Amino acid sequence: MSGGFLAVLARDLRLAVRQGSATWLVIVFFVLTVSLFPFGVGPEPNTLARIAAGVLWVAALLAALLSLDRLFQADLEDGSLDQLALHGPGLELTVVAKVLAHWLTTGLPLLLAAPVLAVLLNMDAAGFWPLVASMALGTPSLSLIGAIGAALTVGLRRGGVLLSLLVLPLYVPVLIFGVSAIDAAVFNMATDAPLLILAALLLGALALCPWAAAAALRLALE
Amino acid sequence: MLRAQTLACRRGDRLVFAGLDFELGAGAAAVVRGPNGAGKSSLLRILATLLRPESGRVTWDDADIFAAEGYRARLHYVGHLAAIKPAFTVAENLAFWQRLRGQPADPAALDTFGIGPLADIPAQWLSAGQRQRLSLSRLAAIPAPLWLLDEPTTSLDDAGIAALVAAIAAHRASGGRLLLTTHLPLDLPDAETIWIGAGR
Repeated sequence: MSGGFLAVLARDLRLAVRQGSATWLVIVFFVLTVSLFPFGVGPEPNTLARIAAGVLWVAALLAALLSLDRLFQADLEDGSLDQLALHGPGLELTVVAKVLAHWLTTGLPLLLAAPVLAVLLNMDAAGFWPLVASMALGTPSLSLIGAIGAALTVGLRRGGVLLSLLVLPLYVPVLIFGVSAIDAAVFNMATDAPLLILAALLLGALALCPWAAAAALRLALE
Repeated sequence: MLRAQTLACRRGDRLVFAGLDFELGAGAAAVVRGPNGAGKSSLLRILATLLRPESGRVTWDDADIFAAEGYRARLHYVGHLAAIKPAFTVAENLAFWQRLRGQPADPAALDTFGIGPLADIPAQWLSAGQRQRLSLSRLAAIPAPLWLLDEPTTSLDDAGIAALVAAIAAHRASGGRLLLTTHLPLDLPDAETIWIGAGR
């Protein structure tokens, strides 16, 4: 059972490394979107510092969304999903393995790029660790919640837009508490509460999303 | 014993087939026949537990296949889609299927369908017939007592079909059973025919 989980995880990681494009696409999108803001709102350092947390989180959220629509689609189109459903470690664990591979190849690079972009936006140095911590707790939730949307839209030809409409409202709690963790640190308040809520959201997503996504995939296979 | 009783299948609003009964014992082969759209592929997907029947039941040794533990480990399903990742080599594709089912990676099975020399070539360079051979090499790589083959002869040349017939004969000789759909007359001794749809 765990052998199947590792087999799926290793396969998706190796595919991502070999194809490579998804990770770069996400990073370049993240960097470009964030660097548009100084042009849009003007280069005034205090303004940028004030909006930095929100800009970074919204851009990270959109970048994570960008790569989600192919999460299950390629496997459905080439018949791999049939084989994974039949012989995988159970569709729920298969979903977890694929989401973990997705997070390692998109969420983790976002996490590493975010502090660099925070410097670009003149963010207060007190917010750096909360930024990294909130992204470490929040981006896996984005991948997990997005997996439900990806599974629901897997059979649709232009599913990407519908996926955004389905998933973006569900991202709002992660966004709120991700930003408030950083703001709390910048304004010298305790960051525990928002980070703990992010951790709770992650655990809740981990408990619920694989089942919902697997159920949607079963419907897609019929 | 694989047994289907009063099996019916619905796709959308349309009742594709109904009242289907058959049995498949050890070493038996059955060819599913019927016109296009009669539900041949749907029947195979039901037997692979990928599709729920509208009514009726399928049992393996008297246990319902949708409830039985380990039924899926006993079957091979080779559908229209080859489940091949173009970015992986031929050997890597086979190795993933083997690891997924808890087997050590072993490229020897590629020789059964004559694609051993292509083992290190990325699957995106394969022709349609070579892709089909790679898909079929799962049958030789991982032993399973029930084969469900949906149009396995698609894109195969004469040598490929001969290799398939030989693999099927070896499978049946060791007590395996299979169901397949095909539009080509295959050399399958004592194969039963399951007619579905109006094309009797």
